[in-house]
Amino acid sequence: MELLTTNNVWMMICTALVFFMHTGFAFLEIGLTRQKNTINILFKNIFIITVGLLLYYLIGFNLMYPGDFNGYVGSIVPGITPPENGMTPEYADGGYTWWTDFLFQAMFAATAATIVSGAVAERMKIGSFMIFTVIYVGFIYPIAGSWKWGGGFLDQLGFYDFAGSTLVHSVGGWAALVAVWLLGARIGKFKNGKPQAIPGHSIPLATAGVLILWLGWFGFNGGSVLSANPELTSLTLVTTCLAAAAGGVVAALVSFIKYKNLDLTMFLNGILGGLVGITAGADVMTPESAIIIGAIAGVLIVFAVSFVDAIKLDDPVGAIAVHLICGIWGTLAVGLFSTNPEHTFLIQLTGVACYALLCIVSSFLIFFVLKKTLGLRVSEKEELEGLDTHEHGMDAYPDFRLNEH
Amino acid sequence: MKKIEAIIRKSKFRVVKEALHEIGVNFFSYWDVTGLGNEKEGHVYRGVSYSTSDIQRRHLSIVVNDDFEEITIKTILNAASTGQVGDGKIFVSDINDAYRIRTGEKGRETLN
Repeated sequence: MELLTTNNVWMMICTALVFFMHTGFAFLEIGLTRQKNTINILFKNIFIITVGLLLYYLIGFNLMYPGDFNGYVGSIVPGITPPENGMTPEYADGGYTWWTDFLFQAMFAATAATIVSGAVAERMKIGSFMIFTVIYVGFIYPIAGSWKWGGGFLDQLGFYDFAGSTLVHSVGGWAALVAVWLLGARIGKFKNGKPQAIPGHSIPLATAGVLILWLGWFGFNGGSVLSANPELTSLTLVTTCLAAAAGGVVAALVSFIKYKNLDLTMFLNGILGGLVGITAGADVMTPESAIIIGAIAGVLIVFAVSFVDAIKLDDPVGAIAVHLICGIWGTLAVGLFSTNPEHTFLIQLTGVACYALLCIVSSFLIFFVLKKTLGLRVSEKEELEGLDTHEHGMDAYPDFRLNEH
Repeated sequence: MKKIEAIIRKSKFRVVKEALHEIGVNFFSYWDVTGLGNEKEGHVYRGVSYSTSDIQRRHLSIVVNDDFEEITIKTILNAASTGQVGDGKIFVSDINDAYRIRTGEKGRETLN
């Protein structure tokens, strides 16, 4: 029983840290966008965490962890009534209780939709986004998760994704890519085919957001050990932090060489790229491999951000570069750097392809139907004047002014 | 009475304020303004270079008695100058009357 208590406390702490990541996402997203859309972004983030939790209670948890199932789609069993041994050391080898398991996984679930929220910022109708969130968090994410973490066919195949480079970040990233493509760029993002800068309104908030996300990753990866195993939790936190640091430093350096400018936003995105990159294999890497994985993620970020611009996609916060590109990289990196010889590049690639298929098809269907029915985009007038006034009738900073000294 | 409006560099505000206090001009209003001009500033944001002709300046509005006009203008000209393009401008106009709200006083006495 003592073992269960220690493990359970650690998992509870990690659950709280993952919950806190939603603050980080919110700060990052509003920081990198204009102040006239602040309420809208915060509303989406709050909607995701609250509705996401309820959905995960209603259908998600049992759909994602169905026990014995066909390997592709589990069944919908509402509620979270614990099994007979759900509160004893027999459950999850004494790692934690059934309810801790639920809450930890529920905190993860909402993240996938949050990734999309940033990418579609400043121009998407709130109603359509809410419908997308309900379907994606309620059904698609749990099904995607069941393929690996629920013991589905990719798990049988030997695919490895420790904490979700693919299962969480790419699942969100693919949907972000599809959404941004169907939605179109913000007014003023491309002039005569050339990308224009639309600077975010609060870089200090964006910075706080990234540091909070980094802190949250202690729980995201640390909790994915699924126990308080001293060796594995220590290794995981070390690889996580080293990859984050390497990602940030290299992204800043490459950005400096490429643009002759010390761009803090690239530094920040590089940290996130490193974190997403190490997530798939944080418990099977040496610290040295973690630094290499993070560093390569840092390089990828800089080129991916300008590549997304070059193909005329408008991703205000860099969600595609961070979560999709680095998520894929991290998943493949397991096949290259893992200390476990059973992990192979080919199986990792198969996993990436399966998730690409599921996520692209499902998110395309959702967004396409929404586009043809409710519409995805707000009116031009609304976009120019800001979503806060029109979608919410509120102002994020009604009585606030900065003085410069 | 004259109203002296000066648009100056923000970086020169402290020097101008102190110089004005030294000659006894202690009360005035100011606010930050954005203007357009010939000067272009280069920026980079997330890998996209852009330049803006938006210029951040500070606008001072000073109402003085006629005998203070010349020295006030001279003080600002000296203190706000760097010799580079973009030092700003001064505009002078007539003011018909001034009142102090607390006492109801009118004219000269209300200033300085």
